[in-house]
Amino acid sequence: MSLRRRTAPYLLLAPGLAWLALFFVVPMYYLLNTSLQTGSLDVGYTFNWAWHNYKDALTLYQDQFLRSIEYAGIATLLALVIAYPLAYWIALRSGRYRNLFLMMVVAPFFVTYLIRTLAWETILSDNGFVVNTLQSLGILSSDGRLLATSTAVIAGITYNFLPFMVLPLYVSLEQMDARLIEAAQDLYASKFKAFLRVTLPLSLPGVFAGTLLTFIPAAGDFINAQLLGSPKQYMIGNVIQSKFLAITDYPAAAALSFTLMAAILVLVVIYARLLGTERLTG
Amino acid sequence: MSEYTRRQLLGRGAAGASVLTLPGLLAACGGGGGIKSPAKTAASAPVKRQLAKTLNFSNWPLYIDVNEKKKTHPTLQAFTKKYGVNVKYTEDINDNQSFFGKIQGPLSHGQGVGRDIIVMTDSSGFPGRMIKLGWLEKLDKQSIPNMKNLLPVQQHPDWDPSRDYSLPWQSGMTGIGYDPNKVGSELTSIDDLLTNRKLKGKVTLLSELADAVGLVMLSNGDDPSKVTKATFDKAIAKMQKAVNSGQVRQFTGNDYAPLLAKGDVWACMAWSGDMVQLKADHPDLKWNLPESGGMIWTDNMLIPHGGNVYTASVYMNYYYQPAVAAAVEDYVNYICPVVGADKVLLKTNPEVAKNPLIFPTKDMLSNVHQFDAAAANNTTYKEQFANLTGA
Repeated sequence: MSLRRRTAPYLLLAPGLAWLALFFVVPMYYLLNTSLQTGSLDVGYTFNWAWHNYKDALTLYQDQFLRSIEYAGIATLLALVIAYPLAYWIALRSGRYRNLFLMMVVAPFFVTYLIRTLAWETILSDNGFVVNTLQSLGILSSDGRLLATSTAVIAGITYNFLPFMVLPLYVSLEQMDARLIEAAQDLYASKFKAFLRVTLPLSLPGVFAGTLLTFIPAAGDFINAQLLGSPKQYMIGNVIQSKFLAITDYPAAAALSFTLMAAILVLVVIYARLLGTERLTG
Repeated sequence: MSEYTRRQLLGRGAAGASVLTLPGLLAACGGGGGIKSPAKTAASAPVKRQLAKTLNFSNWPLYIDVNEKKKTHPTLQAFTKKYGVNVKYTEDINDNQSFFGKIQGPLSHGQGVGRDIIVMTDSSGFPGRMIKLGWLEKLDKQSIPNMKNLLPVQQHPDWDPSRDYSLPWQSGMTGIGYDPNKVGSELTSIDDLLTNRKLKGKVTLLSELADAVGLVMLSNGDDPSKVTKATFDKAIAKMQKAVNSGQVRQFTGNDYAPLLAKGDVWACMAWSGDMVQLKADHPDLKWNLPESGGMIWTDNMLIPHGGNVYTASVYMNYYYQPAVAAAVEDYVNYICPVVGADKVLLKTNPEVAKNPLIFPTKDMLSNVHQFDAAAANNTTYKEQFANLTGA
């Protein structure tokens, strides 16, 4: 009986661990191994601890790395600013239409990623409504454009990852006990102060999850930069894609992938420290 | 030698499957850096002349005749009727690079890819490279007597001089596509495309190395079929200047077509067949061969390792009948490699037979050039081009 009690958790963990081992650890090992090889498809690849792949990755593609972090960061902030009021409203004010609005947030996901991005090509077209309006308002110069600029790329990323921000925020706000706000107001907190001291801290786990779910895939994205940007907007994902498929330089591509992963990991750790893990779990 | 290489490659595969003996496998992976010689075992085996039940044929989208009502491919149905071989026709090749990426895994491990015929572009360099790697089966030429109908200019490409491994499916030309209403004049010069300030920010170039570099080399008066470092660098520098000045908006694949139709792009490097299809809906658009010359490329049927050589060869022989090629051509609108197809079409659909973008005139053919296959495979060149296009 006690033996079973001791082994049961491990048995329950086994499928998850096996999954991780098979689909995470093994590919990671393979990728790491590839990133330290030299050679080409024609002469074969040789493993020889080629650390210079990493040096090349960092020195040659510094611009694209920084650009990826910058675009993903801006898009995450924008998504947060757009998603928070939206999630707040759906969770606390939408009443019986709550499910309908949630459905509307998720609805674009029924269309494939590529088509959603291509739609922005039409929205931001040089002869389209958006550009014409901005031009007549004098915000864009008369020969200005949005397509093939960083504005278009960031807009595309923000749009594509917005639901990843809305849903965790919604969950954390929806679980909040509304009586806490009443209590705060009973204790003479203004509405704004109640939000700042009660609602916001309680929604932090949602903010944390939402920003990570947005930032991490956004930093590795290459579709938005390719379709809505010009060569000057290409991100590190574009470089990796081109190294893997066009140049078939697998070691360089693997080294770039690993560097990107490491960079994101470091940023996430710093971010978690700043936000405070105790607050998130407690 | 080839056996050794294969085992070495299998070792790499096994490395992925077992993490436990890490150090040992690292050593196994590192062992031996010899140059691979083509695997000769497959090619020298005698051909078994027995038809398979199914022919697995992978091709590009919109690249064969379609019966719009029934959504079937009449020439393939007729083939099934005649030979009793079902054709599993899949439109799963969207660009050479991604498709190569998809099949290179199994092929490099000596496995088949479940396909008997695939279609890839010569100027991408991949067909020539796959021959060298020993990843393609030799055609059973005895079963393809209709090979005599192959256009003479197509018979001896430098990467497969006697067409032992490949037969053209379609060819296309690369030139300048533009909207005369927006540009306001005839556009026949690549220099204009790259420097005319009126077009600033309204120009796209192609993301295929051979097409973009080839056209610019021609405008420099250089020969794209014999690329040297100097002529290549010159072409890259010229495009870089146009990118830096904001003249060039993007590098694109086929996706220049909707941009050109919408008016976001006024002029671009464009493929002849795309323009035939685009002009059907937007008759104002124009396509020109640049005065300095255009590029020509060919998509080739290839038999990947493990494909059924005899069945594939019988199909190729079938396609090389002028009547069958004409039926495909009537729908496809690229350049047909089969002699006599135009004569059939003159009777069935003279409009297609007389369209110079589908059956180019002698003048046009004398002004188009092939790209150096070796240069298309040169890693340094590819990296230079990738850096130009931004990645």
